[in-house]
Amino acid sequence: MIKFKNVTKIYLPDTAVLQDVSFEVAEGEFVSVVGKSGAGKTTLVHLILGLETPTSGEVYFGQTNLNDADSLEIQKIRRKIGVIHQDYKLLPRKTVYENVAYVMQVEGKENEEIEKEVPRVLDIIGLSEKVDNFPDQLSGGEQQRLAIARALVNRPDIIIADEPTGNLDPYNAYEVVLLLQKINQAGRTVILSTHDREVINKLGKRVITLENGRIIRDEKEGKFII
Amino acid sequence: MLTNFKRVLGFAIKDFTRNKGISVAAVFVLIVTIMLVTGLVFFHKTVGYLTSQLQNKIDITAYFKDNAQEEDILSVKEEILKISPNIKNIEYISKDKALAIFNGKHQDNAVMARALQEVGSNPFLPSLNITTNGDPSQYEVISNVLENSDFSKLVDKVDFLQKKDTIEKIYSITSSINIFGLLLGAILVAVAVLVVFNTIKLTIENSKEEISTMRVVGASDWFIRGPFVIQGMLYGIFAFLICILITVLATYFLSPYISAVLPGFNIFIYFLTNWWIFVLIQLGFGIAVGAISALVVVKRYLEI
Repeated sequence: MIKFKNVTKIYLPDTAVLQDVSFEVAEGEFVSVVGKSGAGKTTLVHLILGLETPTSGEVYFGQTNLNDADSLEIQKIRRKIGVIHQDYKLLPRKTVYENVAYVMQVEGKENEEIEKEVPRVLDIIGLSEKVDNFPDQLSGGEQQRLAIARALVNRPDIIIADEPTGNLDPYNAYEVVLLLQKINQAGRTVILSTHDREVINKLGKRVITLENGRIIRDEKEGKFII
Repeated sequence: MLTNFKRVLGFAIKDFTRNKGISVAAVFVLIVTIMLVTGLVFFHKTVGYLTSQLQNKIDITAYFKDNAQEEDILSVKEEILKISPNIKNIEYISKDKALAIFNGKHQDNAVMARALQEVGSNPFLPSLNITTNGDPSQYEVISNVLENSDFSKLVDKVDFLQKKDTIEKIYSITSSINIFGLLLGAILVAVAVLVVFNTIKLTIENSKEEISTMRVVGASDWFIRGPFVIQGMLYGIFAFLICILITVLATYFLSPYISAVLPGFNIFIYFLTNWWIFVLIQLGFGIAVGAISALVVVKRYLEI
């Protein structure tokens, strides 16, 4: 589903964030990408989203080489990916309801479907009491849940979670991981980027370990070892 | 397509009403700009009226020989009209009419009346009084034609040379006023447009992160750009509504004062007869500047 082929990313003048990275993620897989801060995890996520282009090498989403994709193809690919960002990336001037509805509107979904689906997802995520609140009126945990709701509402093929537990207490972090596991059990591909040892060790899923921009380990049932 | 447009419109209206402080600031800056443009239009019209009044006061007179026949003079008039397209007015004044005008002017002046009696007959020559667009070269061409062509045997004299200096001075003053007005107008409008652009840039600056989030979730460029552009248009529409109200009130209340300085020029009547031009200028300028500024700023953020 996603394929990195000898990908190198260098930020000018000479900071190599990723070096000769190659791996594949199959449909329905749960893959964790681990590494210290600055190991290149976020750059890897940005490359999948087409927010950055590799200095050399190729990134494929399905059959599409993102290097050759035009902006319309990139937009379509982004709509197939639900992303949970470390800094949430919520729309500050839209309410909780509107934040979730926005991604469905981007997709061109009908109003009836949006009116049915958004409250359902907000209910699952526990934010149905706060539909009219703005993001700055929510706690950190609630903002994180809102980001998750937004990533899930379009039932995307793949969920990418970039440090989703970074700003959460252990209880909320565990809740988020459980949710991602459930999503994966429902058949979706999940890519989790984190430096949370506890989380990875509990999961018992495939782990790709990055160090200084290189893959140093890729294990089917991996542990957090750095 | 229609659903998307409705959504984009909905986003724009919500953002416009939710960010009241920013909206008020943008509308205010647009009001200042539109009023400046409106003021320049009125200024141009007032200066135009003033200069045309000045130019109307300039004319040259071709005096014909005493024995010249009226039909010959009228045929000269027709020929001159054919030569120059810039002639504003050409009036034939017969001997009798010249005498009547003189008498009218000096009816209370006994000395003048006695002088006429001394002369005995009507001493005035028939003449053509010619007014052009004020350009001295036009007067020179007409004067040359009258003095050097076949008409010369009918013409006694043309008073162009006596009036040449005055004509040139007035023409140079009115031309300078027009050029200065245009230059000043262009500079002020450019500065005003830049101020509006920067204000709208500041309003959108706050949304930089938002725009990047919209890109990440796969929104198309127009889905992102649309609400900002429509918001820019809304600023323009609101600014227009306020400006047209200010213009109606200002022209109505200032009209008597301006008419006192410039008799015959009623600024309120001018506004009423040309109201649709002002609507077009104010609405068009407001919407165009608001929308284009938003378009340019968002485009820049979309490229980052």
